[in-house]
Amino acid sequence: MVLLVGASAYGAFFVAPNELTMGIVQRIFYLHAPCGMTALAAFIVCFVGNLGFLFKREAKWDWLGVSAAEVGLAFCTVVLLTGPIWAKPAWGVYWAWDARLTSTLVLWLLYLSYLILRTMVEDPDRRALISAFYGVFIFLDVPLVYGSIWWWRTQHPQPVVFTSGGLNPEMRKIFYLSWLSLTALMALLIRQRYELEEVRAEAEMLAREAEAA
Amino acid sequence: MKNLGSVMVAYMIGWGVFFVYLVSVARRTAELRKDVERLKKSITQGK
Repeated sequence: MVLLVGASAYGAFFVAPNELTMGIVQRIFYLHAPCGMTALAAFIVCFVGNLGFLFKREAKWDWLGVSAAEVGLAFCTVVLLTGPIWAKPAWGVYWAWDARLTSTLVLWLLYLSYLILRTMVEDPDRRALISAFYGVFIFLDVPLVYGSIWWWRTQHPQPVVFTSGGLNPEMRKIFYLSWLSLTALMALLIRQRYELEEVRAEAEMLAREAEAA
Repeated sequence: MKNLGSVMVAYMIGWGVFFVYLVSVARRTAELRKDVERLKKSITQGK
C-alpha cells in the first residue's frame, strides 16, 4: 500500500511530463481526478450495501453501506478541496457553479446527511432500514455527477481519461497508477471502517444485555 | 516552477485528510473495544 502510494506520488511529481498550457499545476490532476472516481466507486459500494440490506435484512450489509459512505465522503472531501486549488490558477476563480462542481457539492452534502441521519436513530434495525432507503435514494446523484461533463457544457474540463487522444501515454500511465493506489486505499479504509461497525454492534448488544441483567 | 506551492498544498491536504481519517477510525475502534471489555466485565460481575 505504502509502496503504491509512494510510486504514484513519485510518478506525479517527477515522471509525468509538464502539461503545455497549465504547467506544473496540472499535476494536481493525478490526485484530484482519481479521488473523484474512487469516491464514486465507494458510493456504488454503499449502494450495493443498502440494496443488500433491503433484500436480505442482514446487519453486515448495513455495515458495508455505512463504511463505504464514510470512506466515499473522505474521498469526496479531497476532491472538493483540491479542485479549487487547481481552479484558481487555471480559471482565475476558486469555484464556479457549473453542473459538475454543483452536483459534486450536493453529493457531499447528501452523504454527510446520510451519516448524520444514522446518529439520530438509536435502534440498530430501524437505523439500518431508514438509512438503506435513504442511501438508495441519494445514490441518484452519483450518475448525475458522472454524466454532468458529458451531458452539459461545463466550466469543468471535458473528459480526458476514457477518450482517445485526451492524455499523452506517459500521463495516462501515471493516472492509472494513482487510480490503482487510491482504489487500494479505499478498500483498506472500508475494511477498517467495517471492523469498527462490527465492534460497535458487539458493544450495542452487550449494552442491551447489561441493561437487561 | 510557478504554482509549485499550489501543487504541494493540494497533495498535503489530500494525504492529510486520508491520514486523519485513518487515525480517527483506529481511535474510534480502540475506544469501542475498551467499551466491549468493560461491558463484558460488568456482565460477568453481575452474574
